[in-house]
Amino acid sequence: MSDAPSLEVRNLVKHFPIHSGLLQRRTGAVKAVDGVSFAIRRGETLGLVGESGCGKSTVGKTVLKLIEPTSGQILLDGEDVTHLSPGRMWHHRRRIQTVFQDPYSSMNPRLKVGTIVGEPLENFGIASGRDKDERVAKLLERVGMRPDAMNRFTHEFSGGQRQRLGIAKALAVNPDVIVADEPVSALDVSVQAQVLNLLIDLQDEYKLAYLFISHDLAVMRHISHRIAVMYLGRIVELTDKRTLFSMPMHPYTEALLSAAPVPDPSKKKARRIIVQGDVPSPAKPPPGCHFHTRCPYALPKCKVEVPPLIEVAQGHHVACLRRPVGASPEPLTPTA
Amino acid sequence: MVAVPSDAALDATNDTPSLAQRIWTPIRRNPTIFAGAVLLTILVSLAVFAPWLSVDPLKQNTINRLRPPSEKFWFGTDQFGRDNFARTLHGARVSLVVGITVAAISAVLGLALGILCGYFRRLDAVVMRVMDGIMAIPSILLAIALITLTRPGLFIVVVAIVIPEVPRVVRVVRAVVLSIRAQPYIESAIAGGTRGLKLMVRHILPNTLAPLIVQATYICAAAMLIEAGLSFLGAGVPLEIPSWGNIIAQGRSFFLRAPWCIFIPGAFLALTVLAVNLLGDGLRDRLDPRLARRM
Amino acid sequence: MSILTVRDLATHFHTRDGIIRAVDGVSFDLAAGETLGIVGESGCGKSVTALTIMRLIPPETARIARGSVEFEGRELTRLSEEQMREIRGKSISMIFQEPMTSLNPVLTVGTQIAENVWRHTGVSKQQARERAQAMLDLVGIADSRRRLDEYPHQLSGGMRQRVMIAIALSCDPRVLIADEPTTALDVTIQAQILDLMLELKEKLGTAIIMITHDLGVVAETTQRVVVMYAGRKVEEAPVEELFARPLHPYTHGLMRAIPRLDADAETAGRRPRLKEIPGMVPRLDRPIAGCPFAPRCDFATERCRVEAPPLEDHGKGHLAACWETARVQAVAA
Repeated sequence: MSDAPSLEVRNLVKHFPIHSGLLQRRTGAVKAVDGVSFAIRRGETLGLVGESGCGKSTVGKTVLKLIEPTSGQILLDGEDVTHLSPGRMWHHRRRIQTVFQDPYSSMNPRLKVGTIVGEPLENFGIASGRDKDERVAKLLERVGMRPDAMNRFTHEFSGGQRQRLGIAKALAVNPDVIVADEPVSALDVSVQAQVLNLLIDLQDEYKLAYLFISHDLAVMRHISHRIAVMYLGRIVELTDKRTLFSMPMHPYTEALLSAAPVPDPSKKKARRIIVQGDVPSPAKPPPGCHFHTRCPYALPKCKVEVPPLIEVAQGHHVACLRRPVGASPEPLTPTA
Repeated sequence: MVAVPSDAALDATNDTPSLAQRIWTPIRRNPTIFAGAVLLTILVSLAVFAPWLSVDPLKQNTINRLRPPSEKFWFGTDQFGRDNFARTLHGARVSLVVGITVAAISAVLGLALGILCGYFRRLDAVVMRVMDGIMAIPSILLAIALITLTRPGLFIVVVAIVIPEVPRVVRVVRAVVLSIRAQPYIESAIAGGTRGLKLMVRHILPNTLAPLIVQATYICAAAMLIEAGLSFLGAGVPLEIPSWGNIIAQGRSFFLRAPWCIFIPGAFLALTVLAVNLLGDGLRDRLDPRLARRM
Repeated sequence: MSILTVRDLATHFHTRDGIIRAVDGVSFDLAAGETLGIVGESGCGKSVTALTIMRLIPPETARIARGSVEFEGRELTRLSEEQMREIRGKSISMIFQEPMTSLNPVLTVGTQIAENVWRHTGVSKQQARERAQAMLDLVGIADSRRRLDEYPHQLSGGMRQRVMIAIALSCDPRVLIADEPTTALDVTIQAQILDLMLELKEKLGTAIIMITHDLGVVAETTQRVVVMYAGRKVEEAPVEELFARPLHPYTHGLMRAIPRLDADAETAGRRPRLKEIPGMVPRLDRPIAGCPFAPRCDFATERCRVEAPPLEDHGKGHLAACWETARVQAVAA
C-alpha cells in the first residue's frame, strides 16, 4: 500500500465540442470541466458540490473513464490511468466503482438482481457459479437486503432498495474508490437517511475513498470530510467541511450557503444573500472570474483576470481575487 | 431466440395460470396476432403439403384448357390445361420461401451492420452513407438490373430483394443501439468491468430483438410483393417454377375468358401479405412498450 | 376566515390491480392570505389532494370517493366542468414542478399570459397584453417588453417558473396552489423564486398552498403545516409549533432523518448516524387497518395496529393522529 492518494486528479479538462450548421463543423466547445484538481485519501469523502451544469457529474464520469478527458491527469493509487485504452483501463476498473443517481435507469430491467450484482465478480474472474451466488448473498446482507432478492427483478424493489442493490454491486469487487453521483437525491427523506448511514458505515468498515457528487449542501455537510465547490467547470473553493460552513471565503460559496432553506422556522428571519440572475451557459462562460456577473463583491479586474485556486490558509483553497494568501475570512464589502 | 420478458410473464410471477388460461389470455389480449398467426399457419401448411394435396403443377393437358373451377379442378386450369390448384399451392411455396429467406437474411445482415454502426462511430459514418445510397435506388429497378446481369433464379431474386431491404434494418437496429448505449445501466455495466461481446449480448442485443422481429415481418410482406412483381415482369423466378407473379402474368392474356387464373393467385397473395402484416402489427403493439402503454 | 375548506376528501384511483386510495380522508382549512404547507414524501397524496381541489384528476381512472371542497361558499366537487374552468386560473391557480411542460412551447410567453387574462376577464386583447407585460414586471423579469415575444425555450428554468407565476397570478386569484414549485431549480434560483412568491403574497394578499417534500422550504415559507402520510393527514400545526414540538412519530422521525445544514453534526471527528425511519411506505391498494405508520413506528403498540387513531387537538391549533403522543413528546424533549 502506497502513501499516494486513492484518487488524484490534476488539472482535469473536458471540453465537449459543439457542432452546428449543415456540415456539422465544430463551432465551439462546452467547457464542462476547466482545470480541476483534487486528491482523495483512503477512508476520506470529498464532496463535489455545485448547481446543475457546473460540471460536477462530468468530473465523476471522467475519473471513471466513462468519457475521455480532454487533458489533465487521473491517478489511481498514484498510477496514471489518463490515457489508457479501454482495454488497458479495464484492469484498473476493479479499483474504482460507482453508484449512480437514478436507481431506476442504472440497472438493466431485463436482468435479475443476482446477475446485476454478481456481474463484476464474473467479469474480473473473482467468482462464478455457486461461489458467486454465495458472495452476492453476503453482499446483499451487508447492504441490508434479504439474500433471496437475487432471484427477483429490479422493478420489484423500491427506490431505496434499488440504491442498496447499486451499492452492493459497487462493493462486489472490493474497490478503493467509489464515485457516488447524487446517490440520494432521487430518494425520499426517510429512505435517504438509511442510504447515507449505509454509505458511512461501509466507508468506515472498508476505508473507502468517496468522491461524493451532490447539489444538496445538507447532505454534503453530513457525509463529507472535505468539500470542493464548483462553478461553471472550475473549483472555486476547496477546504474541510467545518471551515467551509463556518467561514466560507468565496462569494459563491457564501451565496450557496445562504440560499439553502433551513428546516428551522425560528431562523427564517435571518436575511440571506440572494445572488441575482441565472447561471451563465457553460458554452459561453463570462471571461475572467466566471462568477463576476452575479457577484456582489466583483472588482473591475474580476472581469478580465482568471483567479487561480490558491491556498489562502492552511488547507483552505479559494479562487477569488479578493482573497489573497493570508486573507482573513472576514465578510467582504460589496462593491457599489 | 432470446425470450423477451413480457407483461404477461411478469404478471404471472406469483401464481402459475392453468394451461387453458395460458393459451386463451394472449389470444384475447392480441386478436391481431392470433388472426395473423392462424391465417399464416394455414397458408404455410398448404405450401408445405402442396405435393401431397395436389397434382404436378407442370403437367400439361391440352384437352382441359382454360376450364373454370369445378369439382375436378378446384381452381380451374390455365391455357396449357395445367391444374391451377396445384400451381397456386406451389406458388405459395415460392412466395413464402422468398418472404421468409429475405426477412431472415436482411435481419441477420442488418443486425450485424446496425450493431457495428452503433458501436464504431468511424465505421458508422461510412456504412450509413452507403445505406443512404442504396435506399435512394428504386428497389424494383435494382432487382431487374441485377437479374438481367445474371441468370434468373430463386437465389438471385432473394439477393436482389435483400439488398434494398438491409438498410431499413440497419437504421432500426442502429437507432436502438445508440439509445441503449446512452442508458445509465450501460455505463454502470462498463464501470463494473463488463466489456466486449458480453456487453453486447447481455445488455444491448436483447433490446434490439423486439423492433427487429417487427421490422422482419414487414420486410417479409414487402419481399413477397416484390417477388410477385418481378415474376410478373418476367424478371423473377423462371417459368418452370410456378409463382403467383408468373401465374398472373401468364393468365393476363386470357383474363376475360378465364379470370380465375388471375383472381385466385391474386387473392392468395393479398391474404398472405395481410396475414404477415397482421402478425407484424400485433407484435409491434405487444413488443414496443411505448405503443403498448398507450393502449 | 376560511376561504377554502376541505372536509374528509378521498380520491381513489381505479386501476387494473385494484383501488389505489391515494387520498383517504383529508381535511383542512385555508384562511385568506395565509400560506399553508402540505408536506410528505412521494406517494403520500399531497399532489393528488391539490389536483382534486382543482378537479384535474384523470377522469378515466380517478374518482372523488367522498368528502367536500368548499371555496367561497361553492362546492367544487359538484361543479360542472365548465363552471370549474371559470374558477381555474382565475380564482384558484396552480403552478407545477416542471415549468417547461406546463408552458406551451409554440406560443410566446406574452400570448400565454394574455390568453389567461383575456379568457377570464373579457378585456380587449390590447389590455390583456398590457396586463401581461405588467405581470412580467411584477415577477421581476427585466426587459419585459422584449420578453413578451419570446418562446419558453428561450428562457432559463428560473425565468420559466417566473412566467408560470405571472400566468397564475394574472387574474388576481384568491388561492395559489404551488406543487413543488422549486424542486427542479438550483438552490440559488430556488431562493429567488421563494422570495418572489412570499413578496407577491404580501403585495396581492393571495393565499398559498405550498406542496413540498422539503422541510426547509416549509420552514421558510409557510405559516401552518399539514403533514400527510399514506393518503391521510397525520399532523397539523402552526409552523413554529410543529418544528418545536412534533407530536406524530412520523413528523418527529422526518425531522431527525434530514441532514442538517445549520447545526454542526460532527462530534469528535466522527460523523453521527442519521436517525433512520426503517422500512418503507405502505401500499395503498389495500385498506390499512389501524395507523398507516405503525409498521415503521418506534412507538407503535398493539392498539396502533388495529385501531386507527383519530386526529386530536393538543392545543395551539396542533392536531395529531397518534395514540402515543405523550411518549413522542417525552422523547423529543
